[in-house]
Amino acid sequence: MPDRTDDVRSTAPSNPIAGAARMFDYWAILYRRTWKGSVITSFVSPLLYVLAMGVLLGGFIQGDPSELEGATSYLDFVAPGLLAAQAMTIVFGEVTYPVMGMVKWHRTYFGMTATSLGIPDVIVAHLGFVLFRVALSCAVFVVVMAPFGVFASVGGALVAFLVQLLVGLAFATPVYALSAGLKNESPFALVYRLGLIPLFLFSGAFFPVANLDRWMEVLAKATPLWHGVDLTRMFTLGQVDWSMVAVHVAYLGGLALLGWFWAVRRLTKRMVS
Amino acid sequence: MADTDSMILAQGLRKSFGDFEAVKGIDVDVRRGEAFGFLGPNGAGKSSTMRMIAAVSPVSAGVLRILGLDPATDGPEIRARIGVCPQEDTLDTELTVRDNLYVYGRYFGLPRKEVRQRVDELLEFVQLTEKASAMVEDLSGGMKRRLTIARSLVNRPEVLLLDEPTTGLDPQARHVVWDRLFRLKQQGVTLVLTTHYMDEAEQLTDRLVVMDKGLIVAEGSPLSLIAEHSTREVAELRFGVAEIGNSHEAIAGKVADLAERVEVLPDRLLLYTADGEETIAQVHERGLEPVATLVRRSTLEDVFLRLTGRTLVD
Repeated sequence: MPDRTDDVRSTAPSNPIAGAARMFDYWAILYRRTWKGSVITSFVSPLLYVLAMGVLLGGFIQGDPSELEGATSYLDFVAPGLLAAQAMTIVFGEVTYPVMGMVKWHRTYFGMTATSLGIPDVIVAHLGFVLFRVALSCAVFVVVMAPFGVFASVGGALVAFLVQLLVGLAFATPVYALSAGLKNESPFALVYRLGLIPLFLFSGAFFPVANLDRWMEVLAKATPLWHGVDLTRMFTLGQVDWSMVAVHVAYLGGLALLGWFWAVRRLTKRMVS
Repeated sequence: MADTDSMILAQGLRKSFGDFEAVKGIDVDVRRGEAFGFLGPNGAGKSSTMRMIAAVSPVSAGVLRILGLDPATDGPEIRARIGVCPQEDTLDTELTVRDNLYVYGRYFGLPRKEVRQRVDELLEFVQLTEKASAMVEDLSGGMKRRLTIARSLVNRPEVLLLDEPTTGLDPQARHVVWDRLFRLKQQGVTLVLTTHYMDEAEQLTDRLVVMDKGLIVAEGSPLSLIAEHSTREVAELRFGVAEIGNSHEAIAGKVADLAERVEVLPDRLLLYTADGEETIAQVHERGLEPVATLVRRSTLEDVFLRLTGRTLVD
């Protein structure tokens, strides 16, 4: 080890954002190693969904705005649902097994927190990467869908895209928290089967929740994905009810915030003994 | 309390996990530039102590100061100034050797250019320059350990903590690691290490504490501990399969007066004596025929056996 005296001193970060910024290079290097695979799927899968669900299945469905929450075609109705569901799916993929890997299998987090970084710094960085993945894949989704004429305006498309970051965060923090405290990976199968798939199918992405029985409709409207889908749809269709926007944003933002505190608590409990 | 030469100070330090008390009140004072060791068997409380010193595990009771700072309030500041080489590797197996060091340097808030320069120097220091582009999963155990040591040096730590630095390595790899640690010691880096290998403690430490069941049972330099708790030499006697009336215990009774102390191990007798050859000659004079004998100097292993009645490695 060389002994120079003009040392650049290592320091403690002043806040979790500053701490997370120090992990930018780590996540960038990791992503550089894996991006090729994810780019192809994130381009091809929205195309397949829009073609199969929107165009082909939608061809059998009458475009009645009073039945389809104001959409004039099934394609217009389902496109925002697919977008929000995509954001959710990406998040589940990034904060289940990968989080367990960092805590348990590779113990990467233990190496990180042996430095001047703390647990909140590590979580912010990981969630930052998840949001990057959501942003990238939803941006591709929006670009792929645009030629099908599903966006009422460019501004609407842009806001719908930004909404996905909020949807992503609302799912990311609580699911991250759940993963961070799990002793082994077997509950993930349940998380997917009883969490992700029912949310995907019954939260108003593919059909108006008004079609459900009353109690099921109430249940569907309590799920974060419904809030995300409805918020997205308002902007893609250009039919914005600002009071509902406030409700959706408060719900999703509140969930993200609660999930954040839960995540810090659970990961701390898991790693500090 | 501006004692700038006290790197680690512990007073009545305790660590509990629920009902289990892993560390039961220990006092330690590690000085600048010292190579300090915690020697003890598995489960003695060494790793729990090290994790508290590394400011990643909260203190249950007592006082702990690292570089004069309190880990309860200054954890990140302490961790910025120490290096940690954990018992279990936490290297990123998906990254290359170079990237592992690089990202770690970045965690400490060092500028990219500075980190790149340090990475090159450290690769050279741990003799991994040629492996810089290799993936971590392709390295041997000894190389991974050297990489972990290099990583723990990237912030130019004032204290380097090494938890069982050579456990699980083959003898050759151990010697390479020892050589690197010895160089660090020569450069004046304060080393604190835990080990259950007495030869490691003897080679690397200036001063050590012997830990057993969460307590410190002895403290001193390797030589002073041996002088204090053991004899100059040890005569080891092996007998054939024990016969009735001729068990190790029975033989021990017959030779007890020839040595200061006799220890009965499952496979041999240890006679603690100033002159081993002389003692063995006397054993033969009594008509006893050991199948093998060995005379050696006392080691820390003997100190541990004396203090606890048990061997270090079970």
